[in-house]
This record gives sequence, C-alpha cells and structure tokens, in this order.
Amino acid sequence: MALYELTIREARALLRKGEITSVELTRAVLERIEALDAKVRAYLTVTPELALEQAKAADARRAAGEDTPLLGIPMAIKDVICTKGVETTCGSRILKGFVPPYDATVIAKLRAAGAVLLGKTNTDEFAMGSSTENSGYFTTHNPWDLTRVPGGSSGGSAAAVAAGEALAALGSDTGGSVRQPAAFCGVAGIKPTYGRVSRYGLVAFASSLDQIGAFGREVADVASVLGIIAGYDPRDSTSVNVPVPNYEEALMPDIRGMRIGIPKEYFVEGIQPGVEKALREAIRTLEGLGAVVDEVSLPHTSYALPAYYLIAPAEASANLARYDGVKYGLSIPGETMWDGYRNTRGQGFGPEVKRRIMLGTYALSAGYYDAYYLKAQKVRTLIKQDFDKAFERFDALVTPTTPMVAFKIGEKIADPLSMYLTDIFTLAPSLAGICGMVVPCGMADGMPVGMQILTGAFQEPTALRVAYAYEQATEWHKLRPPLDGKVEDKEVMRQ
Amino acid sequence: MKLSLEQVEHIAELAKLGLTDEEKEGYRAQLSAILEYADMIQQLDTEAIPPTATVLPLRNVMRDDEVTPSLPVEDVLANAPDVEDNCFRVKAILG
Amino acid sequence: MEYEAIIGLEVHAQLLTRSKMFCGCSADYAAAPPNTHVCPVCLGMPGVLPVINKRAVEYTIMTGLALHCKIAEFSRFARKNYPYPDLMKGYQISQYEEPLCYDGWLNIEVDGVAKRIGIIRVHLEEDTAKLTHVGEYSLIDVNRSGVPLMEIVSRPDMRTPEEARQYLIKLQQILRYLGVCTGNMEEGAMRCEANISLRPAGSQEWGTKVEIKNLNSFRSVKLALEYEIARQTELLERGERVRQVTVGWDEQRNVTFVQRSKEEAHDYRYFPEPDLPPLYISREWLEEIRSRLVELPDAKQERFVREYGLDPKDAAVLVAEREIADYYEACVKAYGDPVKVCHWISGELFRLLKATELPMSQVKIAPAHLAELLKMVDANTINLNTAKMVFDEMFHTGRRPQDIVQEKGLAQISDADELLRVVQQVIEQNPEPVQQYLKGKEQVLSFLLGQVMRATRGKANPQLAGELLRRSLRGE
Ligand SMILES: [Zn+2]
Repeated sequence: MALYELTIREARALLRKGEITSVELTRAVLERIEALDAKVRAYLTVTPELALEQAKAADARRAAGEDTPLLGIPMAIKDVICTKGVETTCGSRILKGFVPPYDATVIAKLRAAGAVLLGKTNTDEFAMGSSTENSGYFTTHNPWDLTRVPGGSSGGSAAAVAAGEALAALGSDTGGSVRQPAAFCGVAGIKPTYGRVSRYGLVAFASSLDQIGAFGREVADVASVLGIIAGYDPRDSTSVNVPVPNYEEALMPDIRGMRIGIPKEYFVEGIQPGVEKALREAIRTLEGLGAVVDEVSLPHTSYALPAYYLIAPAEASANLARYDGVKYGLSIPGETMWDGYRNTRGQGFGPEVKRRIMLGTYALSAGYYDAYYLKAQKVRTLIKQDFDKAFERFDALVTPTTPMVAFKIGEKIADPLSMYLTDIFTLAPSLAGICGMVVPCGMADGMPVGMQILTGAFQEPTALRVAYAYEQATEWHKLRPPLDGKVEDKEVMRQ
Repeated sequence: MKLSLEQVEHIAELAKLGLTDEEKEGYRAQLSAILEYADMIQQLDTEAIPPTATVLPLRNVMRDDEVTPSLPVEDVLANAPDVEDNCFRVKAILG
Repeated sequence: MEYEAIIGLEVHAQLLTRSKMFCGCSADYAAAPPNTHVCPVCLGMPGVLPVINKRAVEYTIMTGLALHCKIAEFSRFARKNYPYPDLMKGYQISQYEEPLCYDGWLNIEVDGVAKRIGIIRVHLEEDTAKLTHVGEYSLIDVNRSGVPLMEIVSRPDMRTPEEARQYLIKLQQILRYLGVCTGNMEEGAMRCEANISLRPAGSQEWGTKVEIKNLNSFRSVKLALEYEIARQTELLERGERVRQVTVGWDEQRNVTFVQRSKEEAHDYRYFPEPDLPPLYISREWLEEIRSRLVELPDAKQERFVREYGLDPKDAAVLVAEREIADYYEACVKAYGDPVKVCHWISGELFRLLKATELPMSQVKIAPAHLAELLKMVDANTINLNTAKMVFDEMFHTGRRPQDIVQEKGLAQISDADELLRVVQQVIEQNPEPVQQYLKGKEQVLSFLLGQVMRATRGKANPQLAGELLRRSLRGE
C-alpha cells in the first residue's frame, strides 16, 4: 500500500514502530498532490517546504519521546481558516494575497500536536455553496468522477482526503459544508456541536451557525482530529467550557440497545432511489448490530431551508462588510472613496456571495426585520424544539446526508434555489446546533452515499460510536476512488 | 414578495455593492424567487415562540481587563493596499 | 412669537479601562504612534472574535447607578451596520433593544433653580478608528478602534443652552467622581451631540429635530445651541420650515453646517451580536458593584452642609471635584475646624491653583502640614500674614511649615523680654511721636507699633507688642 493511502491510525502505528518517518509520509503525500491535483484541484495553496519542515520537526519530537495522536500526520486545511504567514483567501478574489498575521486556534492546536500542514484547500467563496463552483479561483473535481462536484463548501478538503492528497483535513460547516462533501466524496466527516470547537480564526460566514469540522478516511481518524481541535477557547466567547472527552475511547463497535430514530420527514419524495435504498440498507445493518430503531417525526423540517436562508445571509451581510479594500485584500479605487467601496466589493465578490449579501441585507433592513429575520429566528426555536423532543426518546437519529449523490459540474449553478435544496437534510441540524457525523454507507449511480448520524449537543461520543460500529460492520469506507485508472471498486459496486 | 429594481438598487447601496444593470436584473428575479419560497415560514404561527439568536445556554462570558501585546505596526499594515505615515490611506471622504 | 427650545443630549464617554472593549490592546492610546495599539481583533481582520471586557460592563453599570437608572437583568450587544472607513468590521458592536441601564435622571441647577433631567439609557459600545484628513486623502489610525465607549442619552428635558451646559458639567463631574472617564472634552474622551427643536412657547407639539455633531467643549455646546436657536427662530419667523438634518459645528467660524439630510439617514440593520452571549446582571453582581460606588457630588454637598456646618455654596465649590473634596476632608480630619479649613482651601489654595493652572492632583501640601500651619497660627507662633506666606512656600515646595518658619526665622516674637527691648529702642529713637502720644494723640500708637513690626521684620506678636508699647509709654 502506498503511504498516502494510510489512515491516521495506520500511519501512527508505523511511525511509532519507526518503520516510516513523517518526512517520508509527508513527501509521499506531496508527491501524490503533485501527480494528481492538476485533475482534482483540491488545493488553492500547497506549502511543500513548510510541510517538510514541520515533518522534520515532528520526527525530532518523536525521537525525543513524544507521541501525540497527530504527531507527524500530514493534513489539509480549508482556506477559510487563518494560517499565520500562509495566504488565506476563503476562495475569494477579494482576499487574494491576504496573509494573516495570526493562527486560528485550531491551527495553533494542530501545530502544538505536531500535525503537518500541507496547504489550503478550495472552497466555495466564503463557504457559501454546495459544490465549490462558487470558488473565485476554480472548481474542485470529485475524485470518484471528475465530471462531478465534490460537494461544498468544504469540497477541497473532502476531495483531498478521498484522493489521498491528505490523511485528514479540516473543513467548516454552516449548513452542511462538511457533511455534504463528506457524503459526496465517500469519506467520514463530523460537524461538532456549535460551541465544541473554537471559531477563532475561522473566517465568519454565519456566526451563530459556523463550526469547524474534520474529515478522515475512517471514523477513528475523525475522532483523533476532533480530540485535538475541540475545547474551550477564551478567544471565542461562544465556545463552551465543558471537558473534552477521549473520543478515541468512544470507538466501541457495540451499539446494542442504543435507541436510533429515523425522522420520517427525511425520507420524502424527490430523494434519489439509490440513496434511499442505501440508507434503508444501512438502517437494517444498525438494527442487526442490536440498535433499537424506530420512526420519529421532526415536523418543522421543511421550514429549515427558508429559515436558514434568511438567518445565514443576514449574519453574512454583516460579517462580509469588512471587505472594503482599505485594510487588506483586493482594492479597486474609484473616483471617490465610496466608489472604491462599490468597485472593490462589486468586483471582488462572486455572484453567490453578492446574492447572499443582498438577501441578508434585505432581511435585516428597516421594515422587513420582523417579517424575515425575527420570524426565521422563531422558526429556529421550533426546529430546535423538534430535536430536543426527539432526543428525549433517542440516542441518535439517522438520515440521508443529501437527497442525491454528487451532481455534475454546471448542473445546478444557474439555479440558486435548486442548489440550496441539496442541503435540505443538513440545514435543520445546523440551526439546532447539534452534532452531525457522516459515514459512507453505499454507492448509487457509481457515487458514494453518506449516512448522517445526528446526536444532541455535546454528544459527539455517541455519534462516533454509532458511526464506528457501522463502519466496522461494513466495507464502504475501504473503497477508494478510481483515480489511478483502476476502476475495479466502482465496477464491483455496480453489480 | 416581488422586488422592484429600486429595492434592489437600495439594498445594493446599503451593502455598498457596485452592480451592473445585468446583475441587478438577475438579482431582482433570483431574490424574488428565494423570498417567495421563504415566505412559507409566514404560514407558521409563532406568536408565542421566542426567537433563537443563539442555541447556546451561555451567559456572562467576559474577560478580565488585562493588557496583552498588540501587533508590530508592520504586521498591522502588511496587507494594506495603501499606506502613508504608518496609517491606512483612503480617498478623502465626502459626505 | 416666543419659541421654546427642546434640547436633548447624547454623550459618548471613553471608559478608563486598561485594555480595549473586546481585545487586550492597551486602551491608553492618546500618546501612542499610529497603529501601535492594534491587534487582529480591533483591526477587524477576517476570523477574529470579540471578548467582553468585564470592567467596562461594570463601569457602565456603575454609571447607570449613579444616574439613578434601572439596571437591566438581561442585556445584549447588537451589531450596528454601516460602512465607513473608520469602522473596521463594517459594523459597530453596540447595544440596541437591551441596553445595560435605562430610565434614570440627574439634577442640575441653573440660577439657583434645581431641575431634573431624565436619562433614557446608558449603553456600552466600541469606539471607531481615528480619521485625519490630509489633502485629497484620509489617513486611518486604528489605535482608537475598540476603546470602550459609553453612550448616555438624555431625555429632551432641557430648555436652554445653559441648562445643556450645566447638564454636561454635572455629568462630567459624576463620571470623574466614579473614575470611569477622564471627562476631557478637548481630548475627545467625552463627546457630545445635541438634538434641538423649536416650538411656540406653550405648545405641546414637537418641532422638527436638528442633530448637532462635533461639539468638543462646553463652550461649543452652548454656542452651537444658541446659534441653532437663532437660526431656527429666524426660519420660523419668516414662515419657513426647519429641515430635519444633521449639522456639524464649525468651531472656527462659529456656525453650523449641514452634514446629512433625512433622506440620507442610515438604515443600521441592528441584530443581536451572535459572537457574544448575553449578559445577565444578577442581584448579587449588582449589589457588589453598588458597594463599590463612591459618594457622589450631590450627596457629598449635602453631607458637608450637615456635618461640617458649611454654607451650601461653599460646599458646592468643594465637591465640584472629588480630589478637592477628599483633600478637604483629610484636612478637616487633621485639623478640626471645618469652616476654617474651607476658607483656606477655597481662598488660598484655589487662588494658587488658578494662578499656577495646576490640577488638584499636583498639590504638594499634605493635609497634616496644613493642619500644622493652622495650629501655629492658633498658638500665636506665627501671625496670619506670615501663615499665608508660608502656605505659598508649602504649595510650591511641599515642605513642612515648621521647617519653613524655622529656616526663615519667621516665628512670632512672643517673648516679652525680647519685645520689651525692641519697644524701648523704638521709644528712644522716636522722641517726637512719643511726645505727641503723651500729649494725647492716641493714633500715633499705630505708627509706633508699625516701627516695632518693622524692627522685628513682621514677627512681633501684634497684641503683645501693643500692650508692651502702651505700658512703656505710660512708664509702667
Ligand atoms: Zn486589539
């Protein structure tokens, strides 16, 4: 097996035994990027010299007796997370050339843990989108089928992990931006509870929803990364000061007696038959593992999309006001100071970002606040209550992550509403602020299908446990995209 | 909710977005469609429902009044498009 | 027609915290070179988050309590959205529907008549960066960005520019007493905006409101309001309408100029700040803050009258500044006679403060030393004139009065033998006047006493010297 194909768990074992070094591992991944990324286009920025330096330092730390879960592990970082000294663009032209003078808290934590940072991955501009097609630079391709999108907005991170261009990656999830690309690319991903991971240094899209999450090729890897990045941060007043459990200890294959709810509103008309079939099969597997499965209703599910598309753009319209060409980033001067603002913002932002700024500005503007923003916040209460009630009866809820597998590049870009509809299963959990985990659970149309496992606030161990038990009982996570001309896995699954 | 061109222009000006005529027309149609879809929440009776601004039960998160180091001025200005006398520079503000 | 002015004031006060409102940068930026008190947070860099400065919250609550406000149980920050180059994030973190304090008042006095001015609210927000206009460009210094700023909004309860001035003076006094703001208007630590409308005297209707900005001194506030009253009166007299505008005050030319019309008014699109959990002010926390509240000018003045038997006017002068009042009380404690101490402070001390333009904090005379000085007068060690001289010296050097008196040999001569020698010398040297006195010309005595004083360089105990002179002349 090539080194770049290793999971964190496998790599850690080899590093511990001294059979490989982090420099060797990092070099293998960098070569993989070199060889493949012209096709996949997962990365906006690769920093090979820095990565090898960090790998060397990690090897030295290991030689000195250190052994942390991510020591020497090469990882990719979504380009909405600030990295000191390394360009951070958020996939936007307006931040072209912006080099932060500070590290996000998660980056500082990864550095302290000895992780190796390979570079910054592509994203829909400011994390607004479901396909990376809104990136101001280029579109990332799905490693399973290069004519399809990898999902978004963390499409670059998901594609990198799926393609062997990183062992793990950080993403961010506001309305599904980790979970949907994880499902589309056939990798494991987690959106932790709002407040579990510090947002300091995560460039804000919608502040009351944004949360940093992680991708890995197996559940254990996601648990390892989460264990490092989670925790209270005095720089983020919305991070919660509750102890971080040992997530790796949660990885027990036993879910006997666990109560799992199946929200009926998530199996509706319009869902792709292959996706539904994969999910029904996965639910039977969970039952086979001893889980007690029952149907549950989340009656306000259909209101999540409109509520989300009022709240998130409203917050975004304020968060994106700072990009004015005065302090950093793109600046297109005009005849007057205000013309400079209009030029910079009009030309620096892409169509979707402008659309959402307009939408959010409208929802907050005089005369419309009550009807839109405030109303949406009340709907948010109802949606949260749905989940609160469900978690009185169930330990976890299981749903499809998306109604369909990865769609073709260009297929939905002209119709914003149809693009928004690809997120209908991930939006409500985001509004409720709960934990959502995705694991591969089948194939449809030759593309991966992801199962979404939802648990209550700070119940990450339960989500990881269900995901892990399922993973151990199935082979889906072992499938790799046919990037080397080898298509046997795909062919096998089609039969 | 159908938006007028004037409304689109007003919003764009509030948000300081310079838009082409084509963009304005496009956003008018798209935003109208999205708002029409969003209007479904108006069906819900939320009279007695409190708004959720944040899902967290947190309160009184504060720090002690202690000074921590600032950035070196070079770092402050490192990303600036236009600088004079260690200050950010913009065209004079008229109105 | 007679018009009545309706005036309300909005005051912004920078809080005297060590660090800024939402980051750890030093808030003491006044003397710092541009952009040296700046971090990613107050620069509004992508990805940063605010964290509330607890002291700023407590200072605001303290101010609210001093202004007899209700303190909110639940309070929240909100984003106030407006683009401007001095606003780093494109929004200001402020408060909107849930301010920390609301519904209070403060008392002012104009021409001996007391008046209560209502306070609508006191809330907390962050200051903006500083813009300096240089030719075709504006330069931005971010040091001021994020400094805690308290906004105090009065009810439109003032009717004259003088009432507005008195309100500001009183507010400044209170802020300084609390130690929450320097109150210096010229330095921009305390800034004022005024709302003014006119209506026919006796009418209950509201006129059109004009907002005046850039009021950087008590004087500007008064002049600008007078100017606006005259301008609006003239308009109304001519039957024209007052336009609803925001005007600026031009300090050089003493005129207001239009900055913004109503049509250009902002739509601030306030919404709750999602980066900051709300504040709940518990009874315990509130009582803890209240316990730290100092005695305020009004209460102190009342107490000075009651406890020390001072005239209310004298007491008002002493309480105008907390440092003076504290000094006064320390002196009373050291010496005893409150009225006498009051006269020395409001007489000699104020005279010297005014002449030297020094602030109270620079006064070098220790209360114990002042007490010592006054006791020396009481004991006839020195006379009153000498005491004033010594006081002057103490003011400039901070030395002990005893040392000064000793060094300069200023002690009063109360030794009868010593004085008698001088008296006899004077009698011998002035035979003519002595003859006149003996012939019954009583007033000559004061001349002779003057000679005794001259011979002792003013140190002779005047009573004793007079007594000895009379007795010697009578041959006793
Ligand atoms: Zn700062």
